[in-house]
Amino acid sequence: MFDTLLPYLLAGISVGGQYAMIAVGYTLVYGILRLINFAHGDIFTAAGFFMIYLTASLPIGISIPLVILLTVVLGFVVERVAYKPLRSAPRMSIMISAIGVSYLLQNLMWYITGGLAKQYPVLPFLSQTIRLGSAATKLVTIVTPLLTIGLVVALVMLINHTKIGMAMRAVSVDFETSQLMGIKINSVISVTFIIGSAMAAIGSVLYFTNYTAVTPTVGAMPGLKAFVAAVFGGIGSIPGAMIGALIIGICENLIKAAGLTAFSDAFTFALLIVVLLFRPTGLFGEKNTDKV
Amino acid sequence: MKKLLALVLVVLMVVPAFAMADNTIRIGVFEPSTGDNGAGGKQEILGIEYANSLAPTVTIGGQEYTVELVIEDNQSLTDKAVSAAQSLVSKDVSVVLGSYGSGVSMAGGDVFAEAGVPAIGVSCTNPNVTLLCDYYWRICFLDPFQGTVMANYAKELGATKAYVLTMLGEDYGVGLGKYFVEAFKALGLEVVEENFTEGTSDFAAYINNAVSNGCDVMFAPCATTYAALIIDQAAAQGISFPILAGDTWENSAILNAAKGKDIKVYCSTFFDENDDAAAAADFVSGFKAWLNADSSKLTNNGGNDIVAAVSALGFDAYNVALAAITAADSADPAAIAAALPGVTYEGVTGAIAFDDVGDAKKDMAYIKFANPETGAFDFVKTQSVAQ
Repeated sequence: MFDTLLPYLLAGISVGGQYAMIAVGYTLVYGILRLINFAHGDIFTAAGFFMIYLTASLPIGISIPLVILLTVVLGFVVERVAYKPLRSAPRMSIMISAIGVSYLLQNLMWYITGGLAKQYPVLPFLSQTIRLGSAATKLVTIVTPLLTIGLVVALVMLINHTKIGMAMRAVSVDFETSQLMGIKINSVISVTFIIGSAMAAIGSVLYFTNYTAVTPTVGAMPGLKAFVAAVFGGIGSIPGAMIGALIIGICENLIKAAGLTAFSDAFTFALLIVVLLFRPTGLFGEKNTDKV
Repeated sequence: MKKLLALVLVVLMVVPAFAMADNTIRIGVFEPSTGDNGAGGKQEILGIEYANSLAPTVTIGGQEYTVELVIEDNQSLTDKAVSAAQSLVSKDVSVVLGSYGSGVSMAGGDVFAEAGVPAIGVSCTNPNVTLLCDYYWRICFLDPFQGTVMANYAKELGATKAYVLTMLGEDYGVGLGKYFVEAFKALGLEVVEENFTEGTSDFAAYINNAVSNGCDVMFAPCATTYAALIIDQAAAQGISFPILAGDTWENSAILNAAKGKDIKVYCSTFFDENDDAAAAADFVSGFKAWLNADSSKLTNNGGNDIVAAVSALGFDAYNVALAAITAADSADPAAIAAALPGVTYEGVTGAIAFDDVGDAKKDMAYIKFANPETGAFDFVKTQSVAQ
């Protein structure tokens, strides 16, 4: 029994870890700006394309840090250009702006790449096939959850024990008051986007090593599921996003194992509805009598 | 002032009408160059363009007409296909070639039928393309044939239980999968069927299902985007049974995915570049030289000069269209539609003659193996259903 389930669990944990990397970006930005950054999935896709174009001329050891850097710059620029000018505008306007950025990025990638799927480069270490009991899989499947947990722990430490972390917490509680206290909210928000984009870039390296075709719309589904994971775990909570993502990844694969392949996506979203019916704030969401 | 403006407008509208009266005839190319099937669509366009470069004119009523190709991208999407088809019709094309992909062809078929413009299907293999549309003809074989061929071949490979994986809502894959299942069951063998949804990247669970169900062959007719993912993940999970698919898999994307991996991938297709028939050999050498002369064409072909079957079909489709125009002796779509059923043509992919439904009578498929060592397709055998 365990032998037959093992490959599904492995796949589930791995894909869940990859969703978690994206979900952290959603949850961080939401926690601070109360904004759902719809462009996040496209930033993840862009990271995939950066890697393809960079490895065409550079060795992988240099490409990976460069990909993270470029993705961070992209996330930073998107925030400065499309969100910052709308800081005092109604929340709806900034949301529409996010949707606009998402389509802009998608169409730009469509234009630059010619709309065809591109093959992701093979990363020698991560792409190795290993055997675990009855299951054969790529090494990245094992690396993903470990790396995810490590990064999430580091991020929680950063938020709880550093000055910038304290500033982030303050801004998330009250925008104006923290501004009065001398916190430069613009730089705090930029840091949020930088961390989110860096996580998305690392997530994209792991994701595309497993699923090697990159198209301009490839980020849409993982992006959506990561968003679901973030809401499921309680949006605003980083460990919640990770646990939500792992649960979704594992459930998805177990549903397929049960032979209900056509319903695995439907299930993901049904799960979201059920959780929100019983726990409107998600698994780890703070009970918020918020002003929204 | 108003009168002057009105006059100018009238002149502007009349001038293009005169401009069109000079001797050009337009042939619409209805193909995807982006989206899931973009890679194959581009190769099909290359075949058409090459044919156009060899035969750039056609004689109608004793006068020489220049053929102008009007290319529209249907983006591999059925909703975009309708607007691409409308755009072709509004540009006054006399006949349409395409598309790669059955779903988009069916979606465009309604528009062509309404406008009375005949369309020649190049590599769309679903029977309904011609069956449900009086203005669609086709020059390739059909899925009931192809599905049966692959089912027979799977049996020859020693398979007893097949895992059939198709994408929900994709006309081509679901149709071909169904015919494979029927034929495979008719041989007294077992089948497990599953679907995935559009946009899926994670095929690990599907491959696990194939293994845990004890299947010893996989049949996965789907777009090359998904095919590359399936092959890669199957190789990572150490799959030892062969993976079979239909004509769409004869593409560089498959070769790139399989290269250097321990995996057996077979597909059926319309044409083999090592065919030693004179017409085919001429086409292959000419087409390769034409591709190599221009780096952008080489890129569109997938970065190498391997001749795809769909390019050969595109080449034939263009020549069939010219034969129909010549037979009709007119640029009028209605006249061409009337002449098409009677057209016969000796193409590089075999003789083409249409039956009552508008399908070419073809009964030969080429089975190819994606060689992981050389990164090229090896010709395995030709197969017809009788075997």
